[in-house]
Amino acid sequence: MEMKTNTKSKPNAVTNPCNLCTPLGACLVFKGIKGALPLLHGSQGCATYIRRYLISHYNEPIDIASSNFTERTTIFGGKKNLISALENICTQYTPELIGVATTCLSETIGDDVPQYLREFKSEQKSACLPHIVSVSTPSYNGAYMEGFQATIKSLVVYFAASRPRTRRVVLFPNLVSPADIRYLKELLADFGMNFVILPDYAETFDGGPWDGYQKIPQGGTRIADLSELGGFASAIELGHSLVGQESAGAYLEREFAVKRHISGLPIGIKATDKFISILETVSGKKMPEEIRKERGRLLDAYADAHKYLFEKKAIVFGEADMVAAMAGFLLEIGVIPVLCATGSRSGILKAELEKLSCESGRSFEIREGVDFGEIEEISGKLKPDFMLGNSKGYSLARRQGIPLVRVGFPIHDRIGGQRVLHLGYRGTQQLFDRIVNTIIENTQEQSSIGYTYM
Amino acid sequence: MGTILKERKQQVFRKGEDAFAMACERNSAAGSISQRACVFCGSRVVLYPIADALHVVHGPIGCAAYTWDIRGALSSGPELHRMSFSTDLQERDVIYGGEKKLYHALCELIDMHSPKAAFAYATCITGIIGDDIDAVCRQVEAVKNIPVLAVHSEGFNGTKRDGYRAACEAIFKIVGTKTPPEVNKYSINILGDFNIAGETWIIRDYYKKMGVKVVATITGDGRIADIQQAHTASLNVVQCSGSMLHLAKLMEAKYNIPFIRVSYIGIEDTSEALLEVARFFKDEAMIQRTLCLAAEATHKTMSLVKKYRPGLAGKRAAVYVGGAFKAFSLIKALRMLGMEVVVVGSQTGQADDYKRLRSMCDEGTVILDDSNPVELAAFSLEKKVDIFIGGVKERPLAYKLGIAFCDHNHERKNALAGYEGMENFIKEVYASIMSPVWKLFR
Repeated sequence: MEMKTNTKSKPNAVTNPCNLCTPLGACLVFKGIKGALPLLHGSQGCATYIRRYLISHYNEPIDIASSNFTERTTIFGGKKNLISALENICTQYTPELIGVATTCLSETIGDDVPQYLREFKSEQKSACLPHIVSVSTPSYNGAYMEGFQATIKSLVVYFAASRPRTRRVVLFPNLVSPADIRYLKELLADFGMNFVILPDYAETFDGGPWDGYQKIPQGGTRIADLSELGGFASAIELGHSLVGQESAGAYLEREFAVKRHISGLPIGIKATDKFISILETVSGKKMPEEIRKERGRLLDAYADAHKYLFEKKAIVFGEADMVAAMAGFLLEIGVIPVLCATGSRSGILKAELEKLSCESGRSFEIREGVDFGEIEEISGKLKPDFMLGNSKGYSLARRQGIPLVRVGFPIHDRIGGQRVLHLGYRGTQQLFDRIVNTIIENTQEQSSIGYTYM
Repeated sequence: MGTILKERKQQVFRKGEDAFAMACERNSAAGSISQRACVFCGSRVVLYPIADALHVVHGPIGCAAYTWDIRGALSSGPELHRMSFSTDLQERDVIYGGEKKLYHALCELIDMHSPKAAFAYATCITGIIGDDIDAVCRQVEAVKNIPVLAVHSEGFNGTKRDGYRAACEAIFKIVGTKTPPEVNKYSINILGDFNIAGETWIIRDYYKKMGVKVVATITGDGRIADIQQAHTASLNVVQCSGSMLHLAKLMEAKYNIPFIRVSYIGIEDTSEALLEVARFFKDEAMIQRTLCLAAEATHKTMSLVKKYRPGLAGKRAAVYVGGAFKAFSLIKALRMLGMEVVVVGSQTGQADDYKRLRSMCDEGTVILDDSNPVELAAFSLEKKVDIFIGGVKERPLAYKLGIAFCDHNHERKNALAGYEGMENFIKEVYASIMSPVWKLFR
């Protein structure tokens, strides 16, 4: 099939970014570790902006510390600030882990954070020092998903050690919603697995009210579990982007012979079938009956609604793994993802989508390193029936009168972004119903008749 | 344990219990989760509402992504300010320098959007790699024939206040570059109102009724041409003292324009602001018009106060705002509703502000400078606060603790300035406090 990939008309400027910076990804991961507090080594704004950005999606207090660079720090180096930040965090938060992520600023002045941390640890007399895990996340290098994956790997490298082999399984779920993580837990439990999810922000980013102040919210991947990773039987990674990468799963396989399995995000029947087959292999159990019924209901719904969807056109945008998974799902229900766009420049979207295009016999446009300015330039010509992506597409959707189905991250203009379920037969069912109803509602609204049965 | 860090002991006071000497205007303690942002943020929020200018962030993608359409600053015309532009610096730019990229980005974007001026914001990284953005701006200005202004907002170079200052200096460069056909004696500039949810329009309307011409609104619903003529106004009326006082001082020094500091938050302060402007012009008819306007509007708003006061009387509020000036008005406005402010603080207050805050507060009130979530939560709980008035970063904290919340920061969608704003404020405070959901929390 013919695939179109164009270059930008404005190579030097980004208009309305479809991307986020590297340290944000690091913060997401550290927030999913029990008792952890992220610390950004750089200017105060990095931490404050990221907090503010995450709060509007998760509606939870999100504490991220900063080493608060000043002009002097910038000239003389950030060691003093880093150490005083670590000390203050220990005093105020008593965390189990401090996750230090660098920023453009500390990287550019050449701060050697791992060396500073070694010195800090050796100088500390206190016996109850938290774990300190660092990751290099300058935002001129990669973007938030690179930061996300690098941080997971840093945690694994820091904690994993040789352990006697167990039957336990670690699942790396990718950047999915707290609702997705809760669903994955339920699913793995249904297969009778003894598992760990990394990161697990299901509760830290979507918890109940507090009975008194919690400095660090409850929930998260337990550090005791991370130390056992070396003895695990299997590692399952979600996301095509990890194929061929030196990911956390690849590291565990190479260093500790933990069997690595990779699946795209399980969205749609085919992708979920593939994920379920991995779970069957890993657990040695057949798909439980309740899950088979869930799959049946989804397929039944596909039949009920297929005519509303056939050859409808969608623009899909956002994080690359999410876009690839959504494109696969849309193709299996008859919708053509006429434009698949991501701000990421990793190249994985193109590779994955070319495969999908061949399988489906449909051609569509793929753009990587895109901004919303570029999406807007071409979306007018594509005349899509709907857009599928995060809420940053809203202003463009509004200008062009295209309905937007909100998925992924961030969802800043609706309540419940943290509770959008995307994964598995159940998540696909919810997504499917929302997409079909968006199309029906649009048709109904625009009809001069006002049908009451659709 | 560990609620207040030792570096911060002099930034937390209780009226009546401690000797008061607020150690404000200092950099945040490393590791303290300050609610402040950076120098860039200060400049970006102040210049953001100028709607017919191009705002290009020269830096990595995050700085632009996090400030895209971030303020509720409305425009009556162009909406270029609601877009986000960045040079999206990559590793090769950090190594080889980003000046060329900035030059081309500015040229491309100016060609595409035909703005009346362009602002190029420095970020941490461009400060470090030494890009000469002033030189780039001069080059682009020479080619494109519009003002192209460098904003020295390197993130690490001070606090948010320094960002305000950098923004004022960028604006000041274009003040006086255009002269209108006629100059009105009864004219002012509105400084430090950002037209959040249309607040500048509310205020403009009062001045119109008073017979005062507004030359420029800086920066709410701001236009480059108005700012260029701002030197022809007779008076600068400055709200939000933190952000725009510097511009007022620069204009006083160069153009002999006096300034007054006002607040449009609450009935009393709004009336006082309008009357002070009228008195400045020493025009008896204008003073009479203003007194009438104020009396009429006050009467109308007071009927709402009377309606809601019985439900709100005795409720306790925590107030945490950016600049301390707003806190003064909020204390007065809340008192009018019979409410008590038991915790009050600001991100960037100055020594004089805190002295005044202290004198306004009741005994036992906790006063905070550059606070953090641990302190804010601890004092809200200790003081049994019913409502928290602050910004988006404080909102989830309040809700987690089962406390009502009112957004009084720059992202609000509800106009809170002027008499109409006071009515909205009362309704919002009431709606949040009286919601039955809180009963399920306890």
